[in-house]
Formats: sequence, C-alpha cells, structure tokens
Amino acid sequence: MCLGIPGEVIEFVPDQPDLARVDVSGVRRVINIGLLADDPPKPGEWVLIHVGFALSKIDEAEAAAAMQFLEGIGQAYEDELAALAESRIE
Amino acid sequence: MTADQQNAGWVADALRVHEEQAREEEARGTRHGSPQPLPGTVREELVLERIDRARRSRPRVKEERITMSHGAGGKATQTLIEAIFLDEFRNPLLEPLEDAARLQVGGTRLALTTDSYVVSPLFFPGGSIGDLAVNGTVNDLAVSGATPQYLSAGFILEEGFPVADLTRIVRSMREAADAAGVQIVTGDTKVVEKGKADGCYINTAGVGTIGNELDLGVANAQPGDAIIVSGPIGDHGVTIMLARGELDIEADLASDTAPLNGLVAGLLSASPGVRALRDATRGGVATILNEIAKAANVGVLVNENDIPVRPEVRGAAELLGIDPMYVACEGRLVAVVKQDQADQSLAALRAHPLGEQAAVIGQVTADPPGIVQLKTAFGGTRIVDLLVGDPLPRIC
Amino acid sequence: MMRFVDEFRDADKAHALSAKITALCEPGRQYKLMEVCGGHTHTIYKHGLEDYLPEQITLVHGPGCPVCVIPMGRVDDAMALAAEPDVIMTSFGDMMRVPGSNGSFFDAKAQGTDIRMVYSPLDSLKIARKNPDKRVVFMAIGFETTAPSTAMTVLRAAAEGLGNFSIFCNHVTIVPAIKAILDSPDLRLDGFLGPGHVSTVIGCRPYEFIARDYGKPVVVAGFEPLDILQSIYMLMLQLSRGESKVENQYSRVVPWDGNTVALKAIGQTMELRPYFEWRGLGFISHSALKVREQFAKFDAELLFSVPGVRVADPKACQCGEVLKGVLKPWECKVFGTACTPETPIGTCMVSPEGACAAYYNYGRLTRHRVKEATTS
Repeated sequence: MCLGIPGEVIEFVPDQPDLARVDVSGVRRVINIGLLADDPPKPGEWVLIHVGFALSKIDEAEAAAAMQFLEGIGQAYEDELAALAESRIE
Repeated sequence: MTADQQNAGWVADALRVHEEQAREEEARGTRHGSPQPLPGTVREELVLERIDRARRSRPRVKEERITMSHGAGGKATQTLIEAIFLDEFRNPLLEPLEDAARLQVGGTRLALTTDSYVVSPLFFPGGSIGDLAVNGTVNDLAVSGATPQYLSAGFILEEGFPVADLTRIVRSMREAADAAGVQIVTGDTKVVEKGKADGCYINTAGVGTIGNELDLGVANAQPGDAIIVSGPIGDHGVTIMLARGELDIEADLASDTAPLNGLVAGLLSASPGVRALRDATRGGVATILNEIAKAANVGVLVNENDIPVRPEVRGAAELLGIDPMYVACEGRLVAVVKQDQADQSLAALRAHPLGEQAAVIGQVTADPPGIVQLKTAFGGTRIVDLLVGDPLPRIC
Repeated sequence: MMRFVDEFRDADKAHALSAKITALCEPGRQYKLMEVCGGHTHTIYKHGLEDYLPEQITLVHGPGCPVCVIPMGRVDDAMALAAEPDVIMTSFGDMMRVPGSNGSFFDAKAQGTDIRMVYSPLDSLKIARKNPDKRVVFMAIGFETTAPSTAMTVLRAAAEGLGNFSIFCNHVTIVPAIKAILDSPDLRLDGFLGPGHVSTVIGCRPYEFIARDYGKPVVVAGFEPLDILQSIYMLMLQLSRGESKVENQYSRVVPWDGNTVALKAIGQTMELRPYFEWRGLGFISHSALKVREQFAKFDAELLFSVPGVRVADPKACQCGEVLKGVLKPWECKVFGTACTPETPIGTCMVSPEGACAAYYNYGRLTRHRVKEATTS
C-alpha cells in the first residue's frame, strides 16, 4: 500500500483548515492535510499524497541534494566513458 | 483462533484442471518434468512454455455470471466473445473479429459494423453519448477502409428521462453526422422502467462502401512494420472517470471524440503501405497492440518515450495508479504501416488537424510472437499484457 | 514533466548507477537483497529495473503487500459484512478481486451486493453522509502508510457524530513481518530496501534492530526507479565496506523520526492485536491493529457478527514461500497455469504489487532477452 504521488499545494479551502487543493501535473484535487498539522504546508510547497491525505512535505533541499548526487554520478560516468573512448593502450 | 476450518472448493477445481492438463502433456510425451530439481533458468523456461501453452488453449468462460470485466475490453471480453459469441455464430465473415465485417453484396464491397453506447455520465467535457454514438460507428467503418455512409440509431430510454436531454443528445448526433458526412437513415425507440437503462442507451449500426482492392487487417502485420498512433492517448477514459465526480478530481481535459474518416482518407491516399488500422476505444492502445501481436503472430515493441500523453492525463493516471495505455480513446487510431512508408504516413496524418500529434511509437518484431513489450522511459523493458479486469485505480 | 517524478526516471543516470553497482560486486559472490514493500516490487517490474542489475544481484520480493497477506478467512468475513442488509461496503481497488472461499468483492458485486470502490477513506465517509439509511463499512487495509488516514477518518466520523459508518480493520505493521523473515531458517539475505512510505510515518529508527542485531544493512528507499537503483548502490557500498547501518535514501520525503501527528492519530484510535494471521507467514504476535474500545461505534467487527472462520491456505498455493522470498514466482507449481491474473488462486497473483502478478504481467521475458537496455 505505497502509492504516494508528489503534488503542489495550490490553495487552502476556505473554512476548512484541514483541507487544501493540490495540483498534480495539471490535475487538481482537494486533500486532507491534517497529518501535517505540526507544520502545515503553504501554497507553493510540495507534499506526498496518499489515499487523499498529505503524508509528508517534500523537502526541496533534500530533493536537490539527491539530484546532485545522481548528476554527479552521471557526470563521472560520462567522463569515464569519454576517457575510455579517447585512450589507447596499444 | 477458531476451531473451525474449511477449504476453498473452487481452488480444488482449478487445480483439477491443471492436473488434467499436466496429464495430457505427459500422455503426449511432451512433459519435461523430472523428479530432480532443475537448474534455475531451465525450470523458468519450462514454466514460460507452460504459460504460453495455457494462453493459447481454447478459451472458456469460467464465470457463471457476467462481471464488469467482461465489458472492459480486455482478456475477459475477448474470452467472452470467442467462447460464447464466435463459438455459436461461427462463420468466415465473423472470424476476423475486426472492427467491421467486410461483405460482398452483389458486386459491391461493404463494411458493416454495430456498437452500443452505455457511457455514464451522458454529458461530459468534449461531448455526449450522442457524439460517441456517431463518431464511434463512423470510426469503425473508416478503419476498415470503408467510406462511412449510413447509420441506424436505436434508443433505449429510461422512464423519467428528461425530453430536453434527449433533444440535446439527438441534436449532437445530427451535428456529428453532418461533420462526418453520414446520414442516420433508420432507427428505433424503446422505453424501459425507471431504474434501468441509466437514462439512455444507444445502439447503432453503420454501413460503408469499400473501394478498390483495399485489404486492411491486423493479421497482415509483418516484422519491421512501423506502428503509429494519431495523437495523445487516454483523453476520453480519464475525462469520463473524472466527470463521474466520485473522485473529486478536476482537470482541464475533454474527450477526444471525433470522426476519423477524413484523417483515414488522407492517410490511405498518401500511403499505399498501410497494413492495418484500428480505432483505440475501450481497452486502450495496449489492447490493439495485443490484437496485432495475436492476429499476426508477431511481436510488438513500443517505446514509452514516444507515446504521446497529455500531462493532465498522465497526472490523473499517476494519482489513481492506472496506465494510460489501457485507457479508452474515442478519436484516435493506431496504424500499422510498412517500414518504408512510415515517414509518408506520419506526414499525411500530421497534415490533418486530428492527427497533429501523430507519432511512431514502435514496431512489429518477429520475436517473441504474440507478446507486446514496452521499452520504458527508464530504459528497461517489460511486457504489456491484455488487461485483466477493469482498470481499477490502483491505490497502492 | 512531473516534478519529483521524472527526474528520478532518467535513463542516463541509471546507466551510471548500474556501472557503479556492478563495480562493487565481489567476483564470485552472490547478493540477495530484499525489497520489503510491494510498491517497490511494482516499480521494479514496471520500469524493467532488473535489466540494470548484474547477474550477481538477486532482488527478493518481501511481504510488504498488505493485500497479499490477508488470509482467506478475513476476506470471507469482509464478504459477509458486505452481504448484510443495508450495508454499503467500500474498498480500495486492490481488494476488489482478492478471492475468498466463495469469490471476491467483484463477484459479489456482479450478484448485486452494494460494494463500491473508493480512492480514499474520506470518500467512504462521504457515502455514509449521503446515505443515512444505510450502514457504510470501510475495508481498511494497509501498513502504517495507510493506517493514519483511516485513523483520521475515524476521528472525523466521531467528531461529526456519524452513526452509520464503521471500519473493518485489517491494518498490519511492517516490523514484525521483517522480523519473521529474519528469523526464518530457510532464508539468507544480505540487505534490505526499507519501505519508503511506511517510513514517512514510523521513521527510520524502527529498523535499527536489523542492522544492530542481525548485522544486515538497511536503506530506506523511494519509489522511482532511480531511487531504487541508488538505494541498491548504497546497500552494496555498505556491504563492500562490511558495514551494517540504517540509511535514508528517500530523505526528500522521509523524516528520520517519522510523523508524530500520524502516529498519535493511530495511537488514539487503534491498538495492537495480540496476534494476527498473515497469509503464508502464519500467526505473528503484535503485528496488526484493531479499533480501540473508545471507538467501538466505528468497529465493524463489533457492530456486526463476522463468521471468523479460519480458512486454510490451499495446499497447492505457495504464496507463503513467495512472500518470504524463498521461492521465485515461476518456482511455484501452479504459477501461470492454474494460477493466473485472470484466475488467481493466491493473493500474490491478485494484487498488482504481488510478486507473481508483477512478474507475470511485466517481467515474464526479462531474463531471456539480451540486456538491450545496458548495451544499447
């Protein structure tokens, strides 16, 4: 039971502090943000959505760090491939 | 912990069938089974062979009652058609099970098709049940290589259905017929008690003439052929799912319902190398790819990166856990064309407003026969099998 | 371009990670890594991820599929609830085709039982409000990922004073299942990919015992293909250094300490059952949740009488061994013939996350093709 999708918080629902409207690739749905009561998300922030509830906020800094690691690995790989292509042993 | 225990009887039945099959294999001397455990890959290969044989075995409907799966356009639908309808009605004209039957009446070649429309809700962004009824029928004729000409329309109306709604539906049918260049020449009306027919059901039949020596059919597909789709997939099915309002999801999506006869005519006149055409309806593009693989006994390999999907369709699909490849379209066609005609065919499609986003999504291969594979955006490969059940939104 | 999704599906980075993973394999050594979570199983097959792994690494699919572990008897109980007069049964899609002794929700629906599929337990609440003369039951399944949502829904129902809503609670907890696997004698695993979304609720600490007491590394992993590849890379790095600790690859979503609000909601509305039967794994103590006494009004097991009959797993069904990772799907004797996605005998085949369904639907030919992905 693990289907969680990242979505962007667009706005709160007036008169319903537990509800917010999120956008997933142009599709919008109202979800319950009650599980994030300790640190409610603001419009523009991203959350992980699971069965109509926000389970967690997506930490953009961590996401960027993860991407950096992956890009770093990618670049090192590219460099190595290039080096392999260029070098000749004979 | 309770003291009572019971066993599931149906499992015993399923196993009995399995044992019978195994005994048949042994009798035929084809059983490879040995008492010693086999090395991993050999064992796996045997199992894959067994699966293949099981899949090719004679279709039988195991259920006692019809379920929604039988209407989803996937495996259950296919089994139902082959085991019940084809089995009983069997004749050479029905056998191909294409979108329309091809007949010879006097000296004229005709295509004949029939469809029923039971969509709910009746009105949705992009159209209504009336649009679907006309366009769907026109499209079945068009992809058979016919020029659609005449339609019939039978209505089953629910007691209490607003006349204003009926008028709206009928008006949209007239407009759709005008746009497609066809006429509705005969019809029928029945009324059933409140609680049946969900407002309005429509059944249609369509007739068109097939010119020249055109012989389209998925069985004609050959290894090397290109597979083209005429535009983004999944628009209609997702629109309907959202329009039902139960999922509380809003999106800027509309049904792609449209008459494809103009698009098809343009394609066929520009490209003599078209082997087959299908319109992607219930069961989606994945179902058609499987039909090609099965009918021609070829493999199909498509690239996820090349399949056009609108971002909103993708978003809704990800949210609900469904695969756009299985979602119904109502204004998209899939074409199988000779490799050297691929560019021309694509250009012809793109020249038409309904085919602006046409794309080559993959090709027909020799191996493995009967199987559709997808090269994922990630670079790995997986199978795209026939749908089992209804595309239930996967929650997890 | 879907943010936080597409970046983690980039094929180029996959090749790089794949090379690094392969480089970390000791020559001649075989590695068995278990992904506990059904969502991981699904991703692995859906994206063809195994194409990126060297032959030396085998991914073993664990019991983290909450649909797969529901014993037939509980399915029968759910069917009995649905059959009660004036009951509207509501359920997630995954449960619809799970077979009990006498068919599934889907079959019952075909025979006229009012069973409706919902996306969220809140949708179930809505149905209850709209149908005051009916009694609405929500089939609550899932690990700790989903339990908070059920808990919040029960709290909401209580706050609104709804009198016609209840849940049939089949929530299970992941740690006891992992422990059962670790203690099982017929298994040898080198490391674990930890369940990413369960961890957003329980955090990463609960897995520390695996590293500390069993000496196996754990990496809590995300669900995009690059997340899984990166997590495998992190596991291999630990193994190559002889380390065993818990790491969090999914840090963009998983807080080390979990979600306190979520845990509180669960604690308020539910408590651990002394024991619960898991399909294929037998009875495990303190591994499942039930509704607390204070919320008895929302407990379907108390409001209705369920048969509670235990149904033995069919002898031919080897779901248990598949769930424990002892057998690969094709090694089950009935895989693909008597047991197929259309005619599933066991739950591993019914749930889209079950190892057997994933393999049958997606991965059947994987190992027999030339690895085009890594050589093209």
